Amino acid sequence: MVEFGGFDMPLQYSTIREEHIAVRTRCGLFDLSHMGEVRFSGDRALDVVQSLVTNDVARLEVGGALYGVMCNEAGGIVDDVVVYREDAGYMVVINAACRPKDVAWMGEHSADSMFEDIGDEVALLAVQGPRAVALVSSLCPDDVASLRPFHSKDSTVAGVQASVSRTGYTGEDGFELYVDAADAPALWDSLLEAGGPEGLIPCGLGARDTLRLEAGLRLYGQDMDDTTDPYSCGLGWTVKLQKGEFIGKPALLQLDPSHPPRRFVGIELEGRAIARHGQQMLTAGEAVGVVTSGTYSFTLDHSIATASLDGDIPADTELSVDIRGTVAAATVVPLPFYRRPKGA
Amino acid sequence: MADLSNYRFTASHEWVRIDGSSATIGISDHAQAQLGDVIFLELPAAGTELKARAKFGAIESVKAASDLYAPVGGVVAEVNAALTDRPELVNSDPYGEGWMLRLDSATDDGGDLLDEAGYTKLVGA
Repeated sequence: MVEFGGFDMPLQYSTIREEHIAVRTRCGLFDLSHMGEVRFSGDRALDVVQSLVTNDVARLEVGGALYGVMCNEAGGIVDDVVVYREDAGYMVVINAACRPKDVAWMGEHSADSMFEDIGDEVALLAVQGPRAVALVSSLCPDDVASLRPFHSKDSTVAGVQASVSRTGYTGEDGFELYVDAADAPALWDSLLEAGGPEGLIPCGLGARDTLRLEAGLRLYGQDMDDTTDPYSCGLGWTVKLQKGEFIGKPALLQLDPSHPPRRFVGIELEGRAIARHGQQMLTAGEAVGVVTSGTYSFTLDHSIATASLDGDIPADTELSVDIRGTVAAATVVPLPFYRRPKGA
Repeated sequence: MADLSNYRFTASHEWVRIDGSSATIGISDHAQAQLGDVIFLELPAAGTELKARAKFGAIESVKAASDLYAPVGGVVAEVNAALTDRPELVNSDPYGEGWMLRLDSATDDGGDLLDEAGYTKLVGA
């Protein structure tokens, strides 16, 4: 068990490799109840959420969701979030470790009456993998298999009231289930029982990290922080400058989206040594950046990492990583490292 | 359970099995469990002279990278080549197939190596 954002979280239930492979080939069950949820309601909910996040929340229909970031006035990322449009407002899903900071930030840029931190009342379970949709569908009276990615609907799963969302953080198909915290243990047990024969196993934070990195998904605190602008970590696509005013927009307008201060890249390494957060990226012996995340890819069977490079480093520069004194050659590759097979 | 009566342990979780002037080195079951999935080993080449208690290599799992320390001194006679492609043998059989090095001219400076009971007490505490 490890402490994470105020929660005791299992790093692994069996082994990271076993859990990782289960999600890529069958399915895995994650307890993500540490994630924070904040609900915005009232007449001005749209305006407030729109000013807080860079993506265009106005285009969401009820049941729709989007990924985006909250920026500070300097254009640095306060947190990366998923925003759901609900019947009566918006639910913003935030990182556990950022919860106090985010809630304070939201309070500074709205009125307390407009939002509620519901993180303690809401639990989140994720079922991810090629067999996840069939499994959850079999426990659900409504048609959730036809939900499109980044869409959710209210239903029940194994008799538990749930917001069923076609989202995830693994690169696989599947659902995230937002439920009342009191119902989560029963739902966990039902999913394990129904999924066991299908090869579902519980998965911890370790596999969550190796899966998300293969899928090219960012981790706040490692790949970005309050000093990173969205363009510098490859999240320019979440910035909708045409949508109107939002916090950080004047600062982001000063940047050239195609030549940001830093360049975020995927790299593959020769051999099995793992590049880790904070290790230096080198060109001809000179430091030109840092590794933001790294792991061993169980799917690809070699070492992978993401790195933040000085913005003026040409794309074809030969790179290496200083792994505890050993210099390993690194090749820049497009993200994501892994894309699930079509139709799977 | 493996019979560990011939094994001696360091406080840094390596084991050594001494057989005359030859010694075999690996890491403990406790250490492999703490590391989780072993991905990579950095081991010295045959012929390298090791000093007792000095760093001789490194082991990496998904979770962490750790240095390896020689329980005894000696000259590397053989490196477990199977670990290059199957480092997970350290997880599945730490006292058998997951061995790392065989040393010749092993010299035990004695003193602080632990027997099984002593090591169990150390990691159980």
